[in-house]
Amino acid sequence: MSLLEVEDLAVHFPITQGTLVSRTVGHVYAVDGVSLTIEQGETYGLVGESGCGKSTLGRAILKLTEPTRGSVRFDGRDVAALKGEELRKARRRFQMVFQDPLSSLDPRQSVESLLQEGMKAHGLTGGHARLQELVDAVGLPKGSLRRYPHEFSGGQRQRIGIARALCVEPDLIVADEPVSALDVSVQAQVLNLLSRLQAELGLTYLVIAHDLAVVRHVSDRVGVMYLGGIVEEAPAGDLYADPQHPYTKALLSAVPTPDPEAEDRRERILLAGDLPSPAAPPSGCRFHTRCPWRQADRCATERPELRQLEGAPAGHRVACHHAEAIKAGTIRPHEVDATLVDEAAGFPVDGPDHASSVQEILGR
Amino acid sequence: MPETLVKSPDREFTVEERSQAQLVFRRFLQHRAAVVSLCVFVVLILLAYVGGWLWKYDAGQYTPDNSVPPSWDHPFGTDSAGRDQFAQVLRGTRISLQVSVSVAILATLVGTLWGSVAGYFGGWVDTLMMRISDLVLTLPLIAVAAMLAHNFGGSWYLIALVIAALYWAYVSRVARGVVLSLREKEFVEAAKALGASDTRIILRHLVPNALGSILVNLTILVALAILLETSLSYLGFGVTPPDTSLGLLVSEAQTALTTRPWLFYFPGLFIIIIALTINFIGDGLRDAFDPQQTKVRQ
Repeated sequence: MSLLEVEDLAVHFPITQGTLVSRTVGHVYAVDGVSLTIEQGETYGLVGESGCGKSTLGRAILKLTEPTRGSVRFDGRDVAALKGEELRKARRRFQMVFQDPLSSLDPRQSVESLLQEGMKAHGLTGGHARLQELVDAVGLPKGSLRRYPHEFSGGQRQRIGIARALCVEPDLIVADEPVSALDVSVQAQVLNLLSRLQAELGLTYLVIAHDLAVVRHVSDRVGVMYLGGIVEEAPAGDLYADPQHPYTKALLSAVPTPDPEAEDRRERILLAGDLPSPAAPPSGCRFHTRCPWRQADRCATERPELRQLEGAPAGHRVACHHAEAIKAGTIRPHEVDATLVDEAAGFPVDGPDHASSVQEILGR
Repeated sequence: MPETLVKSPDREFTVEERSQAQLVFRRFLQHRAAVVSLCVFVVLILLAYVGGWLWKYDAGQYTPDNSVPPSWDHPFGTDSAGRDQFAQVLRGTRISLQVSVSVAILATLVGTLWGSVAGYFGGWVDTLMMRISDLVLTLPLIAVAAMLAHNFGGSWYLIALVIAALYWAYVSRVARGVVLSLREKEFVEAAKALGASDTRIILRHLVPNALGSILVNLTILVALAILLETSLSYLGFGVTPPDTSLGLLVSEAQTALTTRPWLFYFPGLFIIIIALTINFIGDGLRDAFDPQQTKVRQ
């Protein structure tokens, strides 16, 4: 049995209007029908651009946000249905590491009381020795216990956040953008700390990030999210080597390569338009409005399921009707031209030679 | 000794470790106005409670000197009945301090809890609790206080209770406002994710972080309580003679403002001193309890 089984999870936030009597005029479909499983001891990376719902998904799994429908089975038990005291007790086994290490630490709490909080909440004991052990485990300097969050550097604060998550001996840790607020040189330290702790304590991670390199570095399996749904899921190596979904292809083609010659040859897949509003997601395949491979048949009408392609490595699943055809090269991407906007068009360019203002050029 | 200059590798912080209480105390000492105020306040308390016993005249005692201006014998002068104003002021200070400090503490405790619970839970709990607060706020303060004090009044603690029963609603409004913004902070969500109970989140995260606004409010309450008690006494519903309060002394002396101004100014001065020192002490406490406060004040 997998440690975490998420099935058809959805989080819809109501949009309300009216001052006296508020009525719901629509919903933001932040997460819409996500299913994923995470095995004990593995790291699942979740990538996607801002606003695709990856953080909401992480929060819904931990029941920090109320899911609209679907189930989250943690070790065989449906967390989404838990309430009150039962839920509070269940929280011991799944913890969260937050994006902003400073705002997620109470400024009036010393590291010591911060770490004790979780242990007290779940009746764990261990006293000072256990606290010191935690501080050592995450590599904080001695004497940190009496200090306050603002006295630490960004990397150290994130270590405090990790120690806090660890203090209740959890099985699953959801790390929401654990390093995106950190300096690049510190990112690696924190990521290595996470993987060392995983090896020592047998932790399971769900790492949410927008940085493809970070996700590749830490994950065993990666899920790519677009507008509230997972469009592709694969073992990390396979995904980066052979992306099958048009969106993943576009995403990966945007990563610069360090080799200047390869960088020159690198072909970017350009996407037209902006991310559609999650309040009014496109019908059918969520990506069809921007997809260079869009076909007239089913893309706009039928939402594709995640499915395993023939001949693809085990566990490489993609949600695209035409994945095989794209892979085989039988359908070609539509040309998306980067159009140069001619800003001078329409203006009389032959103004005075040494104009000092726009007004002068325009002859007004 | 070159060895001592080398920072030992397992000690990143070179500053000596101090306990929480020590840190708070040190930060308080850095706030000079607060320290001076605290000294003045302590002197005032000593004067009111110990000085009253030692002073040669009793508050209710009639001396043969009627209406004398301040002199060595009567530092604050005497009233038309020959009572020593210094002894009266000391006695009034005692009552006024007891009333105002009890009001401030009582109203702050109730109001903070009330507002925090309402703000934290939101929804219908918030609506219900805040409507009750609003109801208390809409009551005409003086009229209700006068009515209540008339029926239950007389002694200082009943006056304090009546005033606190009307002022807690102000505090609850302030506390709710602060908590409303605090509960959206990530560290509250983090505590919830950690499995902390609602009670713990309110008492350990929300209230301490709202402490700044609440303490400032508390100092204002002290001044407000003195003033309301003054109004009540002036209207005859407050402390009744032979007991006296600063407010009562001021109102009694109003008619003699032009002929015997000392009767009016000395109790007034004491009211100002109490309000001012409590204000500064509150300011210093707020800074002292804020761990991010490192600024050294002049």
